[in-house]
Amino acid sequence: MAILVIAEHDNAALKSATLHVVGAAARLGSPIHVLVAGSAAQGAAQAAAQAAGVAKSIHVDAPHLAQPTAENLAAQVLAIVQDGGYTHVVAPATGYGRNVAPRIAAKLDVAQVSDVTAVVSPDTFVRPIYAGSVFATVQAKDAVKVVTVRATSFDAAAATGGAGQVESRPAVPDVGRSRVTGQEIAKSERPELASARVVVSGGRALASAENFKLLEALADRLGAAIGASRAAVDAGYVPNDYQVGQTGKIVAPDLYIAVGISGAIQHLAGMKDSKVIVAINKDPEAPIFQIADYGLVGDLFEVVPQLTAELAPR
Amino acid sequence: MKILVPVKRVIDYNVKVRVKPDGSGVDTANVKMSMNPFDEIAVEEAVRLREKGAAAEIVAVSCGAAACQETLRTALALGADRAILVESDADLQPLAVAKLLAAVVAREQPQLVILGKQAIDDDSNQVGQMLAALLDWPQATFASKVEVSGGTLVVKREVDGGLETVEMALPAVVTADLRLNEPRYATLPNIMKAKKKPLDTLKPDALGVDVTPRTVTLSVAEPPKRKGGGLVADVKELVAKLRNEAKVLS
Ligand SMILES: Cc1cc2nc3c(=O)[nH]c(=O)nc-3n(C[C@H](O)[C@H](O)[C@H](O)COP(=O)(O)OP(=O)(O)OC[C@H]3O[C@@H](n4cnc5c(N)ncnc54)[C@H](O)[C@@H]3O)c2cc1C
Ligand SMILES: Nc1ncnc2c1ncn2[C@@H]1O[C@H](COP(=O)(O)O)[C@@H](O)[C@H]1O
Repeated sequence: MAILVIAEHDNAALKSATLHVVGAAARLGSPIHVLVAGSAAQGAAQAAAQAAGVAKSIHVDAPHLAQPTAENLAAQVLAIVQDGGYTHVVAPATGYGRNVAPRIAAKLDVAQVSDVTAVVSPDTFVRPIYAGSVFATVQAKDAVKVVTVRATSFDAAAATGGAGQVESRPAVPDVGRSRVTGQEIAKSERPELASARVVVSGGRALASAENFKLLEALADRLGAAIGASRAAVDAGYVPNDYQVGQTGKIVAPDLYIAVGISGAIQHLAGMKDSKVIVAINKDPEAPIFQIADYGLVGDLFEVVPQLTAELAPR
Repeated sequence: MKILVPVKRVIDYNVKVRVKPDGSGVDTANVKMSMNPFDEIAVEEAVRLREKGAAAEIVAVSCGAAACQETLRTALALGADRAILVESDADLQPLAVAKLLAAVVAREQPQLVILGKQAIDDDSNQVGQMLAALLDWPQATFASKVEVSGGTLVVKREVDGGLETVEMALPAVVTADLRLNEPRYATLPNIMKAKKKPLDTLKPDALGVDVTPRTVTLSVAEPPKRKGGGLVADVKELVAKLRNEAKVLS
């Protein structure tokens, strides 16, 4: 009996969420196997085998797994699960994991537990519901547990120190029917939003894409990632993948600076586990102040440039 | 082409949800209920596809208690042609809902099912993917743009780092993300017309689906409250506190 972790990776390397999932898997049992399904993903497979606590990484290589469809990735995972005697299949609660985990669960005729924030026992998990305003403790009764885990709730396994082997397995054939035909992935010099130590987020009050430059200047000083509220994303000030919240990214940085964001529950759902929260808002009644460690009431167009200047190298 | 749109009745997104004193669940008595916001987007997309001539009929379906009829009437007012209630007072979990929907698909034979990406009560984000698996259909989750031409579906999906385009053969399952469209409001004449549109009721037994829950909720609780509320007078004080008190700046 073993735990199967589905690695999220870009073929060359593991995505940071994967090591957090390995950290969560360690609480479910052992041995831990990590599936790296990709194309020319030897680098990611090696990295997975070296992570602390990993017994082996299972490497499957095929062109149709380079940017796999949910259909192909699910079919591959099922082939591994069916001959492996796994008690758990664990994936990150990211767009990648959420897309495929329910498909695997349904094929196995088992429930899937989404967005796990704590492991109580190998069959009992804590997860947020209602935009994180309530936490449910749920027990999964099926023989195989398929779960997605929230990376920010679990410490990452050490990237090295493991002594796992890389085992190659044949790929299942391309399911056909669907294919990925394009990707628009923004390249950025900034840290990845979901794992950044500092996040500067802007809301509707920024009022234009141009004004987000104010936040970029501040983020540069702090080595921060940039996030946004749904209102800012919907208005087109920043790309979709900047959205923090119930239906966007979950972040838990050491420092989260919310600029011109009112603090709707759907936004708080994505950032209220941050260690220190700063809010800058001109409305002293804004709900964001109720959860901010340091609130500054003021006009962002005055305050943000001042803050950027104050943080200039001394 | 026929489109099936599953819609869920949920606690309205503006309601502050409260846990029952005994921790057994969430208080739903006398609470405003609405259609899941993502499902409004799904209905709207189906209506737009029909307006463009890509679809002929839209069938809304909801699984749950008799009160879901209200939600179905909303879908009809927004433009669905007919509705199906799969009536059950059981706790319908995502796998059970997916199985019920698969049985409805078998009867209705739609070419496309458009769901919301996530129900804002259980926040599961599962039913669409599960339904696609049970039907062995391709899926396009988190859609922000949908195009149908001939038997092919082209969808732009919101992924972690940006957007991805997928192309697939129909029949297929799509789940709607926030940016797919902005749903229209139901007009009064359309609300009146919706009352006369057909609404059929089915039972899980008649569909041959076992809806027994696979997970048990042992307890629910509100998370510990964050102690916020500290104000600073100006930027200088803020930076000093971040450096010396919170120690998050060097
Ligand atoms: C199904 C669903 C899912 C959702 N998911 C998400 C999600 O994942 N993430 C998310 O963020 N939202 C989400 N929302 C939307 C959420 O409910 C709010 O509408 C949104 O977060 C508001 O964004 P905002 O705070 O930028 O805008 P507003 O609420 O308009 O707030 C703007 C704030 O800026 C302040 N302000 C204005 N001018 C200035 C100035 N010059 N200087 C300083 N402050 C100023 C105002 O006082 C105000 O507090 C969701 C909603 C629904 C229905
Ligand atoms: N009881 C239900 N009846 C009809 N549709 C549902 C039901 N539950 C979920 N759905 C659909 O599945 C989507 C995803 O729900 P979930 O997987 O529960 O987050 C929703 O947006 C609905 O479109």
